[in-house]
Amino acid sequence: MATMKFLCDTKRCIECNGCVTACKNENDSALEWGIQRRRVVTINDGVPGEASISVACMHCSDAPCMAVCPANCFYKTDEGIVLHDKDTCIGCGYCLYACPFGAPQFPKKGAFGSRGKMDKCTFCAGGPEETFSEAEREKYGANRIAEGKLPMCAELCATKALLAGDAEIVSNIYRERVAYRGAENGAWK
Amino acid sequence: MKLTRSSNQAAKTEAKPLGMSRRQFLKTAGIATGGIAAASMLGTGMIRRAEAKTVSVPHDAPIEIKRTVCSACAVGCGLYAEVQNGVWTGHEPAFDHPFNAGGHCAKGAALRYHTHSDKRVKYPMKLEGGKWKKLSWEQAVSEIGDKMLKIREESGSDSVYFMGSAKFSNEAAYMYRKLAAMWGTNNVDHSARICHSTTVAGVANTWGYGAQTNSFNDIRNAKNIFLIGANPAEAHPVAMQHILTAKERGATITVADPRFSRTAAHAHVHLPLRPGTDIPLVYGLMWHIFENGWEDKEFIRQRVFGIEKIREEVKRWTPDEVENVTGVSKEAVYKAAKHMAEHKPGTVIWCMGGTQHTVGNANTRIYSILQLILGNMGIQGGGTNIFRGHDNVQGATDMGLLFDNLPGYYGVTTGAWQHWSRVWDLPFDEVKARFDARQYLGRDPMTTPGIPCSRWQDGVLEDKSKLAQKDNLRLAFFWGQSVNTETRQMEVRDALDKLETVVVVDPYPTIAGVLHRRTDGVYLLPAATVFEGEGSVNNSGRSAQWRQQVVEPMFDSKRDMEIMYLLAKHVGIADVWTKNIEVKNNRPVPESVMREYTRGMRSIGYTGWSPERIKAHTMNWGDFSNETLEAAGGVNKGETYGLPWPCWGLPEQKHPGTQILYRTGMNVNQGGGNFRARFGVEYQGESLLADGSFSKDADIQDGYPEFNADMLKQLGWWDELTEDEKKLAEGRTWSTDLGGGIVRVALAHNMVPYGNAKARCRVWTFPDEIPTHREPLYTPRRDLIAKYPTHDDMQVHRLPTLFKTIQDKVVADNLDKKYPLIMTSGRLVEYEGGGEESRSNPWLAELQQEMFVEINPADAADRGIRNGDTVWLEGAEGGRIRIKAMVTPRVNPGVTFMPYHFAGVMHGEDLQYPESGGISTKPYVVGESANTALTYGYDPVTQMQETKVSLCQIAKA
Repeated sequence: MATMKFLCDTKRCIECNGCVTACKNENDSALEWGIQRRRVVTINDGVPGEASISVACMHCSDAPCMAVCPANCFYKTDEGIVLHDKDTCIGCGYCLYACPFGAPQFPKKGAFGSRGKMDKCTFCAGGPEETFSEAEREKYGANRIAEGKLPMCAELCATKALLAGDAEIVSNIYRERVAYRGAENGAWK
Repeated sequence: MKLTRSSNQAAKTEAKPLGMSRRQFLKTAGIATGGIAAASMLGTGMIRRAEAKTVSVPHDAPIEIKRTVCSACAVGCGLYAEVQNGVWTGHEPAFDHPFNAGGHCAKGAALRYHTHSDKRVKYPMKLEGGKWKKLSWEQAVSEIGDKMLKIREESGSDSVYFMGSAKFSNEAAYMYRKLAAMWGTNNVDHSARICHSTTVAGVANTWGYGAQTNSFNDIRNAKNIFLIGANPAEAHPVAMQHILTAKERGATITVADPRFSRTAAHAHVHLPLRPGTDIPLVYGLMWHIFENGWEDKEFIRQRVFGIEKIREEVKRWTPDEVENVTGVSKEAVYKAAKHMAEHKPGTVIWCMGGTQHTVGNANTRIYSILQLILGNMGIQGGGTNIFRGHDNVQGATDMGLLFDNLPGYYGVTTGAWQHWSRVWDLPFDEVKARFDARQYLGRDPMTTPGIPCSRWQDGVLEDKSKLAQKDNLRLAFFWGQSVNTETRQMEVRDALDKLETVVVVDPYPTIAGVLHRRTDGVYLLPAATVFEGEGSVNNSGRSAQWRQQVVEPMFDSKRDMEIMYLLAKHVGIADVWTKNIEVKNNRPVPESVMREYTRGMRSIGYTGWSPERIKAHTMNWGDFSNETLEAAGGVNKGETYGLPWPCWGLPEQKHPGTQILYRTGMNVNQGGGNFRARFGVEYQGESLLADGSFSKDADIQDGYPEFNADMLKQLGWWDELTEDEKKLAEGRTWSTDLGGGIVRVALAHNMVPYGNAKARCRVWTFPDEIPTHREPLYTPRRDLIAKYPTHDDMQVHRLPTLFKTIQDKVVADNLDKKYPLIMTSGRLVEYEGGGEESRSNPWLAELQQEMFVEINPADAADRGIRNGDTVWLEGAEGGRIRIKAMVTPRVNPGVTFMPYHFAGVMHGEDLQYPESGGISTKPYVVGESANTALTYGYDPVTQMQETKVSLCQIAKA
């Protein structure tokens, strides 16, 4: 069984925002203006040392959001993807406090009540509704995992900076890259 | 790094003053909340129709896969479009595509929206009595056609302006150029004029062809990459896939850019030059190269003409003088030069930062000369990788959609018209009779370049006695071109007001449809997007791809060639225009059009192309290597993806295409070549032909002139032609011999049909024989004007063009004191060109919601400006724009930068967009156009506009 992970190689990320619009494109009906499940964060903007990284839910193995949720709306798939049930979510925002990556987001208004149900990256794995149903698409977006595909953001990444998939394969790809370019040019430095 | 909740909200919260990146800043300033949700609640029939199309397709509806090519830039990224029930429902990555391997930038990943955007013009419309009115296609075409005929009657054919598009397929571009020819005018142009016209002129005059010499993929082979005036991280993001791969394999990267761009963030050396000082900077690099003997002496001896003049000029550019003029430190220039010498092969990449200058033609030549000196031409990992902007600007340029050319760069000389008349199967005299036969200012309209895309407004506003044509422009088509990309927006607006009829043919109203202050005489004709038709498209690397039609034209839009046909029919030229071209349902058939132009475009080796070959490449992406672009097996075995021109001979001869131009290490039949003999065989007694250098296996192992009938006779090869070939070849050259015999015989001797010459550093037909630094018209350095003055004013083709008058005025009126900040412009990754289409795409618009100016913290502090403040920026000609300040060290003190994709606001006032189908066509994001503040200035050779150096002042609003 695979364990799904993202990795963003900052030596390759050029902040083109392809991952952001790829997500919009694929999860179209579930997203509204202002919700970006994936964002590109740039540090040292405009000065030497500028680096960018694409951030979304990291689908943690021991997910803090899941641990703190008072409504117990989170669950984890067999592939290690952290998902949540918008029908149970009370929109309290506790998960946002817990999340080390700022992944949870709250629409101001929308189809799910004025309090705003939490929304976050699903690893393109839909949600608790019936797979490929209209309800799943409207609430959670695409279910590429069920189609045997990987998240759109990584699939469309311009420079192959953003990798997604089974942790072992992702690290193999990354290891090969590091071997080419040497440790001082690692992803996080 | 933690994202905060406030960043979810599109509106209200004031931007925090400090420590914010561009994205954060732009996210928190701007558009009303729920723009999209609000729009979709306005529901009318049309919106429901659009929505129904995207929403009601069941998941299990059968999926049809179409192969298409991104329309956002000229990298040419492929993608799989999933179509269900006639709706484009999914975008799947083309991992097997040789250019992008599935990757896309923000624009590419958001393409799908374009087909169903409800911001589009849904049906033909007309502004009448201040109100927008729906028209039928028949009525629109007949009204516009009647006006064209009336103007022709009164003012001659030159008073109609045909602004064309870099979004056209090759076929539509060709037919549009031909339409203008059949109408009888050279007043036809497109955005290549304001994009790479100076490259085409400068580079073609250096070594023969004015195009990217290598390919995106070949950059992987480079050991040094020098980018000057190019920011691919934003403008050509997928090119970075190849650039960063080269970097990981050990290549050094130098970026010369006034800003610390997102590309510079990945470079080893950044050269922050003062805008407009490219020539001194490159001479400064050469100074070190010559000083240290790093030049490739053998390459220069064999293949370069006129280097002595360059050596002389280089002597002036000592490290001190270079630092004084460019502002770049001596150490940085030395370091960059050393990288070039020590890491070979090296490639040079440039874009608009180099081309859009009053000295643009000289900039492109100096970059080329640098590569000649380093011996980096004609090899893998070398070359000048000139990235074109729009998805088919290379193709549209090839197709002569230009004011000074017919397809294939034949020019507009009588000889060129005779050649094309033969291709069109029309008597030359009949074609000639379509033009105004009188002379104006000593110029003949048929053989004089027309009015350029950069200055159509002067064609409307200029005193007609100063124009080299009968009358001013009276009716203009703006066909797939946003005029907010042109400088001097105030004049653009006046010209839109003065034209009798404005015809916008586009999926969107564009700024031409809304900037004017008219109540009548504006037509909006809805054109289909590129995804709603089919045809070929050339990427920047001269490779052709075939776009399959993804969906049928949306709403009541029509494809470009159908609209052209309807107009041609109404004005009575459809029959001659399509004489040998198949027409189905009012549409010239793309395959049939391609067969006609490939027959005519011999000069750039289009003859080896056929619709079948190009389609076979597109349908077999996966057979082509991402490393080499070559197919190791399969039906296209041994060929290079997209058959980059020149692709010699006939399709049956299966020439593999020429990935790398001027490559002597290869046989011409396999894609080899050498510099082109285009400028005669000698100049002032010195030979221009190559000296001891030749493409692999050539029968003549030395330089030789271009092939023609006489040369074949002299060489004793005439009888190698068949009798039929002889008839067509008699009196012709390789590029006008419609039988192709001359080329066939040249290739049989492994020789390049266009000859084998040296590249030249001296272009004696240009205003500056060698690249010469001239201070910008609006220079902040008046102390340098005496030493490096601009040109004298001159008449360029049909229009008077000012140089010295402007520069003198800057000094006399103290404009450099009143406007002390340099103003430059460029791109953002989210938007493209004028931005009408991309700002109408909510997935993109959400990411960049405000027009802004980058200003250094020092200049901001001097003016009491904080990050996120609203400011008034005033250009040196008085254009004022109300925008946001982004305070950032990305720009040096004294330099400001603006993106040019915005429009829809002028002098602080919102423009009114028409409703179409009950929905406003106003893009989700509007803003002031940088070009309202940008000023006069044109290249003397190509009429390229100056968008990279002007002066401004900024004050808090």
